[in-house]
Amino acid sequence: MEILVCVKRVPDLSENELELNGSDIERDGLVYSVNEPDNYAVEEALRMVQDSGGHVTVATVGGSDDEEVLRREMAMGANTGVLLSDDAFEGSDGRGVATILKAYVQKNNFDLILTGVEADDGAAQVGGMLAAMLDYPFASLVTSIEQNGGKTIKISREIEGGAKELNEIDLPCVLSIQTGINEPRYVGMRGLKQVASREIPEYDAAALGVAGVGAAGAKVTRLDYFLPPAGAGAEMLGGDRDENIARVIELLKAKGGVS
Amino acid sequence: MGEGLPPLAQTAYWSIPGTWVFLAAHITGLLCFAFIAYKRLTPLLGAAADIRFDRPLERIGRLAKYWLAQWKHPRYLGTGVLHIFLFAGFLILITRAFVMFFLGFAGPVHVNGMLANAYIYLTNYAATIVVGCVAIFIFRRLVMLPARYAVPPDRGKPDTAMAVFLISQIGTLMVADSCFEAAHLAAPLAPFSLPWMIQNALRGSSQATLVGVYQWTYLLYVVTFYVLLNFRPFGMEFHVITSVFSVYFGRLDKGTVKPVRYGVDEAQLEQLSSLGVKKITDFTWKHILDFYSCADCGRCSDNCPAVAAGRALSPRFITTKGRDYVFHSHPVIGAQNNGHALVGHVYSEDEIWGCTTCGACEEECPLLIEYIDKIVDLRRGLVDDGAVPQTLQKPLKALESRGNPYGKMEKKRADWTKAADFQSSCRVPTLTGAEPAETLYFVDSITSYDDRMQGVARSTARLLVRVNANFGILGAAEKDSGHEVRRFGEEYLYMALRDHNTEAIRRTGVRRIVTSDPHAYNALKNDYTGLPPVEHISETLAAQVRKGAVRFKPVEDREAVYVYHDPCYLGRHNGLYDAPRMVLDAIPGLKRVEMQRSRDRSFCCGGGGLMLFCEHKEEERVGVLRARMAAECGANTIVTACPYCMVNLEDAIKVAGLEGKMSVIDLAELADRQIARGSEGAENLEYSGGGVWKS
Repeated sequence: MEILVCVKRVPDLSENELELNGSDIERDGLVYSVNEPDNYAVEEALRMVQDSGGHVTVATVGGSDDEEVLRREMAMGANTGVLLSDDAFEGSDGRGVATILKAYVQKNNFDLILTGVEADDGAAQVGGMLAAMLDYPFASLVTSIEQNGGKTIKISREIEGGAKELNEIDLPCVLSIQTGINEPRYVGMRGLKQVASREIPEYDAAALGVAGVGAAGAKVTRLDYFLPPAGAGAEMLGGDRDENIARVIELLKAKGGVS
Repeated sequence: MGEGLPPLAQTAYWSIPGTWVFLAAHITGLLCFAFIAYKRLTPLLGAAADIRFDRPLERIGRLAKYWLAQWKHPRYLGTGVLHIFLFAGFLILITRAFVMFFLGFAGPVHVNGMLANAYIYLTNYAATIVVGCVAIFIFRRLVMLPARYAVPPDRGKPDTAMAVFLISQIGTLMVADSCFEAAHLAAPLAPFSLPWMIQNALRGSSQATLVGVYQWTYLLYVVTFYVLLNFRPFGMEFHVITSVFSVYFGRLDKGTVKPVRYGVDEAQLEQLSSLGVKKITDFTWKHILDFYSCADCGRCSDNCPAVAAGRALSPRFITTKGRDYVFHSHPVIGAQNNGHALVGHVYSEDEIWGCTTCGACEEECPLLIEYIDKIVDLRRGLVDDGAVPQTLQKPLKALESRGNPYGKMEKKRADWTKAADFQSSCRVPTLTGAEPAETLYFVDSITSYDDRMQGVARSTARLLVRVNANFGILGAAEKDSGHEVRRFGEEYLYMALRDHNTEAIRRTGVRRIVTSDPHAYNALKNDYTGLPPVEHISETLAAQVRKGAVRFKPVEDREAVYVYHDPCYLGRHNGLYDAPRMVLDAIPGLKRVEMQRSRDRSFCCGGGGLMLFCEHKEEERVGVLRARMAAECGANTIVTACPYCMVNLEDAIKVAGLEGKMSVIDLAELADRQIARGSEGAENLEYSGGGVWKS
């Protein structure tokens, strides 16, 4: 099976203290990593080709900085990393990114396209739009994939309340992968070194034949980026750790949370 | 020798001349043994390289101490002393075997004189003692059933049947020899020895009976000798042959771990297709030899904190399962089959990640069998395959990108120096090499970032100021020492951290490194190379105490009973037991007790570094067991000298319900609290060593 996994490089929330700056976060000194659900998607793709053969391609829309996540996924075992990069792509909204990916998909022959369920800094929209643009079936929140060697696959999805549903879906299709579908393997520094000099093909707007993307073509524009003001009834505890703990216990007791 | 008994060569068995029978027995026995030995050598020859032929004088010294003198045995006094007797008997009776074989082909032999008599007495008593030991061993194995010999069904089969069979063969050998000698009624045997008793019992027997006893017990001796020799390479009794090699080739240096592959330098590692141990012959030949040499005495597991806590790991079974798999994959008869991945087939992942590398098993093993290097090698294999527990992946990634396992910002690494009341009284400069300093305080990640441990950092800094050390820190330029990164098998990440720190330290031009973290201490001292001398703050303080340069105020709380908990990486791995105790004993009025498990038998707190991120399946936390041991010895304050011990023990006190009854303090914090500054406190006291103060 030929599988494409769309990945994104995002600030690592576990390793950064985010500060706001205008309509964005302060990006100086940030540490980035591959968006976590995307990493699960790559692991799932690797397991699928391990079972039944094929290739895994990882693609991202971005600049040269974003090569880092492609290499990490290649160190994990992806066969090819592809960078879709052009100054004209900058400032694309979700629809723009889906348009760029669609152009790349149409130049190839993928049986299956995976995305993470959503990006840490995203809106969980690219996967669905990409499927619609390609006229492929789409399933979101996928928690398991079963291959049968034919033109369909079986997938299960998590439903609110802990239930699961099982679906059969035609190939080619687009799936958005939920974390917890597997346990992604560890990528060590040795793996990264081994793929450090592998070539990463780059496609620009001309090569892909896309136009109308980027900031100019965006129909959704971010106006502001802010932490919501503390609502009424919220009490911010500002003491040291022990004081805070004592206060929380007191509050929980007072409001009936614990007895 | 005896009258009336024909030379053995002239006896006959089923009308076949004795000489022929003996010759046939020797040739068959030796050929079988040569074949089996060759088969047992095969996996060693196909195994990974290991450098063990260096430093021969040192090795011979260790052979004399640990093999010949059985140094570790009396640590288990009863069985240990028994084993020493058995071993001594064995050595004496090996020479006896050659005399016996010679007798089979010689004519009548007459020996006289002091020396000959001394030899006869020695062998007689040796045989007697060995038979006694054999009886006690069999009784222990069959009747007393010490708990440490038990084998759970999933860990293989118990060695009891094999052990009893082979031990009884040793008994048979001795009894046969004794009967053979006793048949010479006139022979002067050692009074009250076993042969002497048999000799007395045989008096009055007919000549035919005596000849029968004499010639058939001789044949029994020869046959039993070869049965024993040929059965040894099939179980724990193999140690009788291999232990001398295992001890000679044993690891010489403590504290460090083996390189990824001997003979392959770091720059060439990238060319290896696979790292670490994945299949049996990825182990080095010495490590496979270790498998052969295990006597399955169970002392490693008896002392292992993972076993005590009920984790999947039991070091004894790492070895015996390894041995069983070597035997299975390289059978004496049949084709080799060693394609299986060890983890998943022989060992489980939980076993491999369950080790705290505390070294209790290695400290205890009478045969110097190595465990930590094997565990690290197996982990290297798992890391290479990406099979790292999910809970460890984030801290490892954070170590890669931020240089600490918490993912905290580099620029905040020195924030502990900025506490308001501290900053005003104690200046801690960041060293860049621009202004020269004599000493570097290497803080390491946990002490830099953890709220609780930052107090230890501040105490250490204040102590360094008090002893007039011209010191500073690396600040944001310091990264994690990588001590646990290496021991968790991520050698590449360790190498990157080490290279970064080495360069940063060298740039400062310091002549000494001090640290308050035993893990950092061990990494910088034993893993890193080309650095100035490294000392733990307890050594720095002990040196000052010895010189009389520091004094302590008497302890105020007269109810406090202190106990020192030896951190593994100060104690067992670096032999630092006395310096911290000396500092404690220099504090006037400090009442100190010892736990039963202290010094080189110290019991791990549960493990440091990345171990804090592991989720173990266990019945009880290791630290909880340790906190209870402290309570049992009557202490109410545990003094440790390691930030990880502090984390684990403070948690354990809460879990064990000892809150309010037990507390933990770091040695540096205690010394900082008690140290006399200026003319304070101790002006009337003079320290005269050994905890004694004179006024």
